[in-house]
Amino acid sequence: MEKHHPENLSYTKEHEWCRVDGDVATIGITWHAQDSLGDIVYCELPDAGEDVSAGQAFGVVESVKAVSDLYSPLTGTVTERNDAIIESPEGLNDDPYDDGWLIKVKIKDTSELDQLMTKQDYEKFIEESAE
Amino acid sequence: MSDTELRRTPLHAVHRQLGGRMVPFAGYEMPVQYSGVVDEHRTVRSAVGLFDVSHMGEVEFRGPGASETVDRIVTNHVSRLDDGQACYTVMCKEDGGILDDLVVYKYSSERVLICVNAANRQKDVQWMKAFASAECAIEDTSETWAQIAVQGPKAAELVAQVTSPDPTGLSSYRFIEGSAEGAPALLARTGYTGEDGFELYVPAERAETVWGSLIERGAPLGVKPAGLGARDSLRLEMCFPLYGNDIDETTQPYEAGLGWVVKLKKPAEYPGKEALRTAKAEGSRRKLVPLELETGIARGGYPVVVDGQPAGRVTSGTKGPSVGRSIALAYVPATHSAAGSQVEIEIRGTVRPARVVERPFYRRPKPSVGA
Repeated sequence: MEKHHPENLSYTKEHEWCRVDGDVATIGITWHAQDSLGDIVYCELPDAGEDVSAGQAFGVVESVKAVSDLYSPLTGTVTERNDAIIESPEGLNDDPYDDGWLIKVKIKDTSELDQLMTKQDYEKFIEESAE
Repeated sequence: MSDTELRRTPLHAVHRQLGGRMVPFAGYEMPVQYSGVVDEHRTVRSAVGLFDVSHMGEVEFRGPGASETVDRIVTNHVSRLDDGQACYTVMCKEDGGILDDLVVYKYSSERVLICVNAANRQKDVQWMKAFASAECAIEDTSETWAQIAVQGPKAAELVAQVTSPDPTGLSSYRFIEGSAEGAPALLARTGYTGEDGFELYVPAERAETVWGSLIERGAPLGVKPAGLGARDSLRLEMCFPLYGNDIDETTQPYEAGLGWVVKLKKPAEYPGKEALRTAKAEGSRRKLVPLELETGIARGGYPVVVDGQPAGRVTSGTKGPSVGRSIALAYVPATHSAAGSQVEIEIRGTVRPARVVERPFYRRPKPSVGA
């Protein structure tokens, strides 16, 4: 899959994205995250009903060689998790944005959205981190 | 260590060109993957993979007392090897702790080459040089060598095309002096993947030529370059220990499942022999065992739990690409080390069941009749 960070998403420095629809945010990891991790073989996510906090770990993804925490872009309550991706975590490498979404969260504080990066800011951040 | 201080192997430019993702490892900048760990892993199991292992160190022993000198350092019996035979061994401190694990290549009683782990090279050379004498000179020749591992069921077919004389009649752990693409080379039927394969020791300045030829001639066989990631997952499926993870100076050969390389009846005295004699007589209190988990992936450092109490630690773990299961190596109490025993692993605060299994995790499929 070619490098791809869609315009319509918000991004974190920990390489998660979120897509907001009303008061629900869908959260996943970026193309850059899955590319850096390599082959993803395991994924652990919170159940519906659990709370997540902005900047706090809410789960993990594991590649053959390493474990990485997942950090929530927003504070809220999990309304749904992607059980299909837990079954087939390699889907995160194939499509981190659509089939590869992780959790949906009912947003508690929409002002947290202002802290997130645009595609342009995120790609600039990746470039600067690589230097 | 900052990036600017990292060493490079003679194949560094080639890795860059092949799209290798470079990471710091044992003081070197090494490719961790090219096409992806799982893809490279499967290529080695089904076809053939090329690994640059030039970061490994080489120490040469020369003189009338060469093999006897090595026998005063390592636990395995080197003088007993045939000329042209290699062996796996460890070398220990007086207390039996493992200083390094090694492959020893015996050219003759007067010439021996030892392959050491990159991270241990300085320590090893210093330790070994204390055994030098008028009968045996000891020299670190790591900088002169490049090492290419050609591993997989099609390795022999590929290696035969670039080497002379043809080394594919060699048995496992045998080697010859010959050439690779015209460069003088040590051609050894050794490896760290559980597959058939060869390790080619070639002069550093000829490494690019040999590598390039292997890639080109290997194309019809499906050859791919493979990085440290696949090297690690392949060796773990075979339960081969990795120094610094599964074994180190605080672990002894018997508890690590390496009793088979300790020769207590060898006439030569060597560091650790007495401690190891005692350890064997008393039996190990803990053992390094292969574990499988139903859920979660155990990683190095995770606690082993028995009866609700910390009782050991995981030293390596992943999801094995060929076995398709969550696998790990861990030190567990000897009472829980038999295959079938149940222990638990604490993964990020949650305790998960794990079962001790037979080693190795992966077995090469037997060739089918008529294949």
